[in-house]
Amino acid sequence: MSRAAEESNRRLLRARDAMDRAYAQPLDVPALARIAHVSEAHFTRTFRAAFGETPHRYLQRRRVERAMFLLRETRRPVTDICFEVGFGSLGTFSRTFRDIVGHSPREYRKLAPPTTHVPNCFAMAWTRPSSQSSPSSFGEVSGDARS
Amino acid sequence: MFNAITQSQIYVLDQDDALDFYVGKLGLEVAADVPLGFMRWLTVSVPGEPGRQILLEKPGAPAMSEETAQQVRELVTKGAMGGWLIFTTDDCRKTYETLLARGVEFTEGPTERPYGIDCGLRDPFGNRIRFTQPLG
Repeated sequence: MSRAAEESNRRLLRARDAMDRAYAQPLDVPALARIAHVSEAHFTRTFRAAFGETPHRYLQRRRVERAMFLLRETRRPVTDICFEVGFGSLGTFSRTFRDIVGHSPREYRKLAPPTTHVPNCFAMAWTRPSSQSSPSSFGEVSGDARS
Repeated sequence: MFNAITQSQIYVLDQDDALDFYVGKLGLEVAADVPLGFMRWLTVSVPGEPGRQILLEKPGAPAMSEETAQQVRELVTKGAMGGWLIFTTDDCRKTYETLLARGVEFTEGPTERPYGIDCGLRDPFGNRIRFTQPLG
């Protein structure tokens, strides 16, 4: 692997970190492409080559991970959580959540495992639902995943 | 049985850059910097805590094949190598401001957690680091 490829990975990681922070905002491809030092046209392709999924899918999983946390840890209405994590409509949220987690948000809230608090980097990475559509993908550790 | 952890290891891509970061920015101190010929044994520790050292190891031959070293470098730069360090501090917000002024790349600002206040950053290579102000 060339030094240039390592530097490209590192910049893409920086862009992914920015997505983690601004997960509730719309996907800002121009800004992320600037962070990654690639053209807008190439951002999605290079991101996928590095991390195995598109930026859009990564952002969906990040938002769903946040929603799972809020469903577990609060009694807030599902609609509030949907908008707080960045979805524009309850229909899209419910469909995406079920596609990724394998349960509806309300079902997940009933079934969610008890919380164990671990450092946030671990909680964020390990409670993020699988990138594969799955009948149930939330059996990992749960944790305090605020960010 | 065991009574301490004395050495841990993290992969870095350049040991001079690692020194600039871990010592020059984070404020750790060099515990050992020994040219062994086959490798540079470079460890750092929290000032006043020499009993717990972190080896800043550069992946490469002959410890592993060049091909494997390239794979390790790729994983480090993707943030997937699994090298993690978590420090404690007396004042998370003050430490955050100090390191931010030194150009450290934060992934998360100080945030209150059930276990204290903490934040997250990356080293120049992609490894994750956190520091926590534990609950009093």
